[in-house]
Amino acid sequence: MTAPEGRTGTPTGPVPWCDRCGEAAAQGDHRTCAAARALEPPRFCPDCRRRMKVQVVPTGWTATCVEHGDRHG
Amino acid sequence: MSAILDRARAQVLADGVGLDEAGVLEVLRSPDDDLSALLQLAHEVRMRWCGPEVEVEGIVSLKTGGCPEDCHFCSQSGLFTSPVRSVWLDIPSLVEAAKQTAATGATEFCIVAAVRGPDARLMAQMRDGVAAIRAAVDIQVAASLGMLTKEQVDELVEMGVHRYNHNLETCRSYFPNVVTTHSWEERWSTLTMVRESGMEVCCGGILGLGESVEQRAEFAAQLAALDPHEVPLNFLNPRPGTPLGDRPVVEGKDALRAIAAFRLAMPRTILRYAGGREITLGDLGTREGLLGGINAVIVGNYLTTLGRPANADLELLTELKMPVKALSATL
Repeated sequence: MTAPEGRTGTPTGPVPWCDRCGEAAAQGDHRTCAAARALEPPRFCPDCRRRMKVQVVPTGWTATCVEHGDRHG
Repeated sequence: MSAILDRARAQVLADGVGLDEAGVLEVLRSPDDDLSALLQLAHEVRMRWCGPEVEVEGIVSLKTGGCPEDCHFCSQSGLFTSPVRSVWLDIPSLVEAAKQTAATGATEFCIVAAVRGPDARLMAQMRDGVAAIRAAVDIQVAASLGMLTKEQVDELVEMGVHRYNHNLETCRSYFPNVVTTHSWEERWSTLTMVRESGMEVCCGGILGLGESVEQRAEFAAQLAALDPHEVPLNFLNPRPGTPLGDRPVVEGKDALRAIAAFRLAMPRTILRYAGGREITLGDLGTREGLLGGINAVIVGNYLTTLGRPANADLELLTELKMPVKALSATL
């Protein structure tokens, strides 16, 4: 199940995978990833760690996982 | 105050003649104690030779990722382990992005593709996209599609693209350390064709690629020799998976010194804040750069990374009493 998202599409609930580096969210330190995400869209699906297709436009972004659909920010 | 600032005041501010490579190098080597005076002088030069207006632009990626080139800073190269995947923007979404950009007051909308140079499919997409934007949005369209043939230059002119971006990225002597799949001279050749076509030339680069201070000065001098209409100044935002992904971010004072130095090398150009300013300079540094030689901004997001919200920049411009350049002033 996809966690609800904040303004920048950052998952607000526990998810298996880090959406920036694609590594297990529960392992390692992802504070750098979280900080970087303020100025980056997600690249990995937090539900399945697939690389997402990401389109950035001047006022937002859309990240698409083939399995889990679109996320917006 | 350093002697170089006195010389720049007499030469650049009074006469509008940019500093040469040696002069730029002196500026880049000037002490921190002189930074405030340097930025003030660069601001005076900008106000004298460009005026108070700020040109606002939005950029969008028409074709993201999967690039065959190996520009070591770029997350869109297909040769690195970057997480950026290939994706194309459809025409309705392109037009919508142009509308959103125009709504910020921007007069420029630059369509960018991560390619060595455009193929027939990309040129067809450009033709349809530019026509759709021009039919729906009151904004100037620019393009950045890599290296061009003469026929492609002519085709872009025919479409109504008024400015072409093709960054040299860094100085000639350092370029082979950054890109090996094509040469600095090939980029220069495209820029020459663009200039001859009557399109405005937009050419800048990225600071913080590992170049020396001397090479930064060399780059400013080479750009000044090209005399572009616009110079976008990027600061390296190290991207995961790229060869430069572990490089440090440019130190804020060095970035501001570079902004002022490039302004003193090119007193009349549009000097635009581009990618990396958020992580290099933050909010305070953004303001200092606008008061230190910058007279144009990219608002909103970049191609693969995010920027400050457009309204944050627009509010800052209002506070600094710097009017956004109107579309009528660009035609």
